[in-house]
Amino acid sequence: MFLINCPYCGERDQQEFKAGGEAHIERPKQPTELSDDEWAEYLFMRKNIKGVQFERWNHAHGCRKWFNMVRDTSNDEIKAIYKMGEKPPTQ
Amino acid sequence: MKNKYSVFSLIKNALSYHENWQRAWKDPTPKKEYDAVIVGGGGHGLATAYYLAKKHNMNNIAVVEKGWIGGGNTGRNTTIIRSNYLWDASAGLYDHALKIWEGLSQELNYNVMFSQRGVMNLAHNLQDVRDLKRRTHANRLNGIDAVYLSTEEVKKFCPIINTSPDIRYPVLGGTLQRRAGTARHDAVAWGYARGADAMGVDIIQNCEVKGIKRNGDSVEGIETTKGFIKTKKVGVVAAGHSSVIANMAGLRLPLESKPLQALVSEPVKPIIDTVVMSNAVHAYVSQSDKGELVIGAGTDDYVSYTQKGSHQIVEGTLNAILELYPIFSRMRMLRQWGGIVDICPDASPILSKTSIKGLYFNCGWGTGGFKATPGSGDLFAHTIANDEPHKLNAAFNLNRFVSGDLVDEHGAAAVAH
Repeated sequence: MFLINCPYCGERDQQEFKAGGEAHIERPKQPTELSDDEWAEYLFMRKNIKGVQFERWNHAHGCRKWFNMVRDTSNDEIKAIYKMGEKPPTQ
Repeated sequence: MKNKYSVFSLIKNALSYHENWQRAWKDPTPKKEYDAVIVGGGGHGLATAYYLAKKHNMNNIAVVEKGWIGGGNTGRNTTIIRSNYLWDASAGLYDHALKIWEGLSQELNYNVMFSQRGVMNLAHNLQDVRDLKRRTHANRLNGIDAVYLSTEEVKKFCPIINTSPDIRYPVLGGTLQRRAGTARHDAVAWGYARGADAMGVDIIQNCEVKGIKRNGDSVEGIETTKGFIKTKKVGVVAAGHSSVIANMAGLRLPLESKPLQALVSEPVKPIIDTVVMSNAVHAYVSQSDKGELVIGAGTDDYVSYTQKGSHQIVEGTLNAILELYPIFSRMRMLRQWGGIVDICPDASPILSKTSIKGLYFNCGWGTGGFKATPGSGDLFAHTIANDEPHKLNAAFNLNRFVSGDLVDEHGAAAVAH
């Protein structure tokens, strides 16, 4: 349980938010040409990192906007928060 | 040779003030090379080693564990054992395990305190009723005992449940599997460790895997904090840390690791003699032999390896518990903890070969792996020894995420994962 600094609303309790999983997974540009392996990679395979991970979050019980977060999954420490479309911070 | 545990050994050792009990397992230093190494000394890993030695005559093997055996999810779950899963593949897998549980204490000469006290799953809305009835029929077609109970029958089976129609989540019915129940989770790890050790398996604790050495597409060995161990077969049974090990071998798995919480109350006299699960409200209750209520909560929705979960998850679970069991309203909770569970997109496990020869994964058990411990060990040992899955775990391969042939137990099982 932790506080999240929503880029639109400011600091709020984590229970207002919904985690949206790994960030920056790009939707295939030409889905019709994808092999089954590539589909599996896109749909199901995840880095699931123990350490610093890039994630999407949604302020579900607030402004309902999506944003990105850099978080250390080994101690739940939030490193950075940035809006959708913005360039991810370099570590 | 291990001394057999019996009433006579108990009396004999009582006469010498219990100071001469034989060690249950050794504390060996790793050899240079093994025929196979199991990564992870939880119940599943130790069971795998036990059946490799017992059924497949692979005695030159080791189990490496980064902490102490049974100190991960094996010691953190709520000990529920059942096999009332919807799909045929899952029913086969979990009922295989349940059948082994029924004779496990005798087989291991170790009391795992398996208690077939029944598991009841409650329905709280009309969709629950339909789903639970469907699952009851599916179970019976698969030879698994299951009955559907009306609200009155639920009340009769477990009188302390509040079946009033005007509560937030009224009890509209339930299912009961009488062969289901609980076991002592630590004893399962210790019993398998003792059994495996007796057959020559090296159980190496405080030995963390740091890397997997590959030669092209085959495994050559593992780097550990106690040095390099050469082996051609590595079976990874690392639960929430499966992805961490997979990344060492350059593999990605369809897993997300999340905290799952449980808590126990202060001990009280016997009050609930079965296991009651309520998936709609994420509240699972049983009572341990020590008298504590053992309560299972839900998972958090974000990836975390912290072994602690969010407060509101526990709060939500306790709200539901208090509404269903008003009698518990003044009980105090003693301890709360979290375990890291590895969840697959279809909420079914992976017991599989991989694209790397000699590297096997047993993971993805998510929120419900404890019940499968003996079956998982048996089938994974078969997969490693023969380099081919057993027919019971063939459906649980890694390739199902490519073929699309998923075993979708999400919401279909007796518990919302």
